[in-house]
Amino acid sequence: MALLEVNDLVTEFHTEDGVARALDNVSFTLERGKVLGIVGESGSGKSVTAFSLMNLIDPPGRVASGEILFDGEELRGASVQRWSELRGTRMAMVFQDPMMSLNPVMKIGSQLAETVSIHTKATRAEVDERVFQALKRVGIPAPRERMKSYPHELSGGMRQRVAIANAIINNPDLIIADEPTTALDVTIQAQILYEMQNLARESGTALIWITHDISVVKDLADDLCVMYAGRIVERGPVDEVIADPQHPYTRGLIDSLPHAENHGRRLYSIPGATPPLLALPAGCSFAPRCTRAGRICKQIPPVVTDGRREHRCFHPLG
Amino acid sequence: MNLAVLKGGGQYRRTTMMMNDLDAKAIPPERAEPPVAPPEHPMRLLARRYLKSRVGTAAAILFLLITLIAIFAPVIAPQDPYDLTKVSIMEAERHPGETSADGRTVYLLGTDGAGRDMLSAIFYGLRISLGIGVISALAALGIGTFMGLLAAHFGGRLDAIIMRVVDVQLSLPTILVALVLLAVLGQGVDKTLMALVLVQWAIFARNVRGAALVERGKEYIEAALGQGLPARRIMFRHVLPNCMAPLIVTTTNQMANAITLEATMSFLGIGLPQTQPSLGLLISNGFDYMLSNQYWISVFPGVALVLLVVSVSLVGDRLRVALNPKLDS
Repeated sequence: MALLEVNDLVTEFHTEDGVARALDNVSFTLERGKVLGIVGESGSGKSVTAFSLMNLIDPPGRVASGEILFDGEELRGASVQRWSELRGTRMAMVFQDPMMSLNPVMKIGSQLAETVSIHTKATRAEVDERVFQALKRVGIPAPRERMKSYPHELSGGMRQRVAIANAIINNPDLIIADEPTTALDVTIQAQILYEMQNLARESGTALIWITHDISVVKDLADDLCVMYAGRIVERGPVDEVIADPQHPYTRGLIDSLPHAENHGRRLYSIPGATPPLLALPAGCSFAPRCTRAGRICKQIPPVVTDGRREHRCFHPLG
Repeated sequence: MNLAVLKGGGQYRRTTMMMNDLDAKAIPPERAEPPVAPPEHPMRLLARRYLKSRVGTAAAILFLLITLIAIFAPVIAPQDPYDLTKVSIMEAERHPGETSADGRTVYLLGTDGAGRDMLSAIFYGLRISLGIGVISALAALGIGTFMGLLAAHFGGRLDAIIMRVVDVQLSLPTILVALVLLAVLGQGVDKTLMALVLVQWAIFARNVRGAALVERGKEYIEAALGQGLPARRIMFRHVLPNCMAPLIVTTTNQMANAITLEATMSFLGIGLPQTQPSLGLLISNGFDYMLSNQYWISVFPGVALVLLVVSVSLVGDRLRVALNPKLDS
């Protein structure tokens, strides 16, 4: 059984101007110990996916329909109590901005200790030891001293390591990382990526890695979801999707990466911009920007799958 | 020359080798963070920032002095002004600096119409005024914070009810409310405290609710939810401590307010009873003597009251700046 199975998830935001459908029938599965990459531009629904999976969508938003099967258990509509039990122990999240995701007035050691002690009946010494081990695992030098520090005393990279330590401390089955390296320097990004990969591999934790940068997940992920305007437009094993994209949007994303071959030349960019969620075009939302679009693209493209890969396009590539 | 070139070449080879190593093994974990300056304790940092201002420092010293006098009044006062065996009507209305009839005591600030030493009376008055100010502000802080957090946490109808009560409370003049309350309840320390808390809690509730709503929208609260912490714990352990800075300032300002308000009511004769005279009551008692040139009975308690209120206000002002780095210029 897959660790996580998401079926036809729909998340909507009820605004004064109408209902914005931020997630439209999103489905994917994730096996234990695997890494799923989710890529897409701003506003494509990547973060909403993460927040929906953690039940962190605040009103006026709500998960309107669909299933979230976590280890076989339906989580949509689960009680507040049940969510409190799951979050932090079996599923955890790492946020985008490490400057914002740690409580500024609590010592790092206390914040991590809280995550342990709220879920287990460990003694103080045991909790301390686990905090120490978690900080050590994420490569923080002098963890004992660092436990006494406040977040503002650490650099961005260090804070993100602390946030990661906080996520792994209870050995969850699933970690959702919402652009955890976006706010960091490129060098620190590489270190964090490298370490997350190791941590996931060592402990058999499944990982959902959300990013707008396809090159970040290229070497990290097993599977890749490409999202556009709230829909998954293409899904499949990461190598195949990148080597041989089927959806024109995926092609566009890959082509806009800098490469050795296009050195010195102007980078490719997909013309146009993501449509606003309240004014999505009828049918395929990518059609207005797509060179292959035809009359049929006024209808919503169905999911085409061969069991390994799937896409939503009337005019697939290849 | 040759040697130098050789050395340079050798170093160059070494670097390229290291680069290759790196490529092969991916990037090693971060080893040494540039050493961070030993963290300064937040309270020490606050103290350092506070003491940058001379006015603020002077106000803090004055406030500390007044507090010490208030606490140790029974020890340092030359006379117990409420021990009737020590007070003699024969010593009434002595001028400041005059000696007693037996020549043993000097009345630095004179005596009042009942023969009490004014200096001692002021010491005891400070004790009562400051005590009432501190206790009522802290009680209002507690109640207001709780109500504000409730409103911010539950939102919806409860929020609307609490905040409308706050609105009504704050739209009425505080003195008027306090006057009516005391007129109904009668005199007494407990009743004065009750009235002061009742007119002050709303300010705290409004401030706390505002600050809590701002903090709740921040990512670290989402992160705390993501850790599986229960909502109540997040409210008290994560949201509340982050709202403390503005609350500390409001508390000091409200303390000054409470002291003034109590003095006003006691002056009008509805606050504290004659047996527990605060500064306001002392001023009131001396008021009858003003026109007969015995200014000291009223003026000295007045000066003490001004010093107390001004020092508390200035401390609050300086704290506001010290707690908010953006305000410091």
